[in-house]
Amino acid sequence: MNFTLTEDRQMMQDSLRRFLTDRYSAERRGALIAAEAGFDRDIWRDLADLGAVAALFGEDQGGFGGAGFDIALVFEELGRAGALEPMMEALIAGGLLAEMGHGDLVARIIAGELIVTLAYLEPDGRYDLSPRTTRLTEDRLSGHKSLVGHAEAADLFLVTALGPEGVTLALVPRGADGLSLTAYPTADGMRAAELRLDATPANTLLTGALPLLERHIARATLACMADTLGAMETAMALTITHLKTRQQFGRPLGKFQVLQHRMADLAIELEQARSAVINAAGQLGTNQEARHISAAKNLMGRTARLMAEEAIQLHGGIGMTAEYALAHFAKRMVMADHKFGDEDHHLARFIALSAT
Amino acid sequence: MDLTYTAEETAFREEVRAFLAEHLPRDLSEKVRLGRPLSKQDHEAWHSILNGRGWLAGNWPKAFGGAEWTATERHIFEEETTRAHAPRIVPFGLTMLGPVLQHFGTKAQQEHFLPRILNGEHWWCQGYSEPGAGSDLASLKTRAVRDGDDYVVTGQKTWTTLGQYANWIFCLVRTDPTAKAQEGISFLLIDMASPGVTVRPIVLLDGGAEVNEVFFHDVRVPVANLVGEENKGWTYAKFLLTHERTNIAGIGFSNAGLETLKRIAHAERDGAGRLIDNPLFAARLARVEIDLMALSTTNLRILSAAARGQAPGADSSMLKVKGTVIRQEINDLTRRALGPMALPFVSEGLEGANDGIAPDYARPVTAQYFNNRKLSIFGGSNEVQRSIIAKQVLGL
Ligand SMILES: Cc1cc2nc3c(=O)[nH]c(=O)nc-3n(C[C@H](O)[C@H](O)[C@H](O)COP(=O)(O)OP(=O)(O)OC[C@H]3O[C@@H](n4cnc5c(N)ncnc54)[C@H](O)[C@@H]3O)c2cc1C
Repeated sequence: MNFTLTEDRQMMQDSLRRFLTDRYSAERRGALIAAEAGFDRDIWRDLADLGAVAALFGEDQGGFGGAGFDIALVFEELGRAGALEPMMEALIAGGLLAEMGHGDLVARIIAGELIVTLAYLEPDGRYDLSPRTTRLTEDRLSGHKSLVGHAEAADLFLVTALGPEGVTLALVPRGADGLSLTAYPTADGMRAAELRLDATPANTLLTGALPLLERHIARATLACMADTLGAMETAMALTITHLKTRQQFGRPLGKFQVLQHRMADLAIELEQARSAVINAAGQLGTNQEARHISAAKNLMGRTARLMAEEAIQLHGGIGMTAEYALAHFAKRMVMADHKFGDEDHHLARFIALSAT
Repeated sequence: MDLTYTAEETAFREEVRAFLAEHLPRDLSEKVRLGRPLSKQDHEAWHSILNGRGWLAGNWPKAFGGAEWTATERHIFEEETTRAHAPRIVPFGLTMLGPVLQHFGTKAQQEHFLPRILNGEHWWCQGYSEPGAGSDLASLKTRAVRDGDDYVVTGQKTWTTLGQYANWIFCLVRTDPTAKAQEGISFLLIDMASPGVTVRPIVLLDGGAEVNEVFFHDVRVPVANLVGEENKGWTYAKFLLTHERTNIAGIGFSNAGLETLKRIAHAERDGAGRLIDNPLFAARLARVEIDLMALSTTNLRILSAAARGQAPGADSSMLKVKGTVIRQEINDLTRRALGPMALPFVSEGLEGANDGIAPDYARPVTAQYFNNRKLSIFGGSNEVQRSIIAKQVLGL
């Protein structure tokens, strides 16, 4: 057992942290969230230049990482900084494209030149990965996809559909015939859209795609949890600072024992969250993957809610304001429970997987 | 012990129900049901309808134009109005300031201000908190200096709920900076149209702007607007806080929230079935309903111990803590119930902007969850309430 990062990963963590600390402030983030684009193209290009996207891909795919610990490292830093760039889209769509042999597209994703986003959720489908109503007939797609991440910025959509040979992955360029978007902000500060397809010409990439999709959603779930872990670290740090500086009754709030104990509990939960993410990262790609992903996602759902609610509570009124940095991190970590299956979804899955 | 309502109480319930069926405007109840924001005019319209029936001030003595209800009658009224999705009664004039003026105001103040609270001419807001004085309210710094027949007020209040609608603010101000913290405070009524008053909105994490900062720069306030004695404001402030707690359990809100939650859990699909059939979710829902059933009785037990028109004792702090925890839990479950569809965060300003994104019922849920984190912070935070329980109820 060894819990230290390799030298290369340590360097990546340091440079990412330095870069993001430099480029993200609460004001900058607020301005980006308020703007239509939803993220900063320059930051995205710079992240790619730093190798943050390449770290998510194996050497055979044109990257230099791709393991669970690489994914966790990158996303923890993005969550810690509250970054809004389309890294999740790059991880999922890029990962899928790489395994389907589209190295040309992957190279452009890694370079930060191309944004491809996966459209897989459907209304009423809850957390189900399988398409339910979107159909592919004679190379044309029709249906309605929900919560497509960074859809307005995407150059290409990777769409799941029911085809003649089962679950199919097909590629559609932006601006294709019969494709329309209803875009909106999401509560975690990101942007998404409802994607409607009406006999849209599409390029079929893979049939029988469910196992591949499941594998990549597992990777995305790990990324989401690491992002939450990073956001929790920031919320914790903000709260500690606040308790040390805010004075009531003639002393810093942090001197009240009842608040000290609440913070001590949060510190314990934060370490549990870190261990759960490490477990999931370490088991990625093994036969224990699914069980560890579900264990961790359940634990993250519980601890992130606790962290968000406690951080707001212990801040008092200031913790409720949009302008103060905590608001974004609290929303980000609570809303993570609504992605890739929530606490209960993964509890049921963990029970089912443990029974066999 | 008898848990059944008396014949009079049942008749009262019928009367309230019939009144609501006839007089609660549909457009208002629809807004409340769907969690849409209410405008100033919406609140005023509903107040005026209730005032016409003599039901606006259920907690006030009849002598002042109130209904002088018992705790049970108030409970029935709250149950029926929330069930019918009536707007809440804005509390600042009616629940907070009214009782203070009735106990400590001069006859002239009572005659001038109380009718104007009832007829809506005055919209009050509460100027207690300051940037440096939250839980430690007695450390407030806003100064009022006597100058002839006026006080000159300088300082800042914050978190002032609906201050943007108000034309009057009741403030705690420091009149004796040399006295011990609690002893140099006075209770002052300030016309917000006075020169030197500025109101600035604060946007909260749900995107709404219901609270404000209120600044005072050399604002002249007639001495006639001092309530009670100079430097005795802390006594009145504490009196007000106990009255504020008469409706603190929020049973009606929780009942209405639970009903919405059940409706959503029946409508939401989960795998092949409905969310309500998911045993994990059903268990969460059942637990909070069980808590609420017990709290409903705890609420009546504690409130009934106080005589008509009187404030409950320190044990009502228990109602604040448990009531807010239950409301927040219901908000949490409602958010969970939506699954991924809790994510779209469409500003309420954009009417119709949510069309085709998620079901109508999904629209206010996430914002409400985040907004109601305030419940355990304001009105005396839950930590402060626990200290009151420990010290004043348990004698620790
Ligand atoms: C949405 C909203 C609306 C509001 N409306 C109004 C209004 O209309 N008028 C008005 O005057 N005020 C209003 N308030 C202010 C509210 O009353 C204060 O926020 C509250 O008193 C807490 O003060 P604070 O925010 O300064 O937090 P702080 O007092 O700084 O407290 C921060 C945290 O520390 C805890 N804490 C503080 N002291 C202790 C202690 N001794 N022991 C243990 N824990 C402690 C608190 O419980 C809290 O969790 C509103 C607040 C909000 C959020």
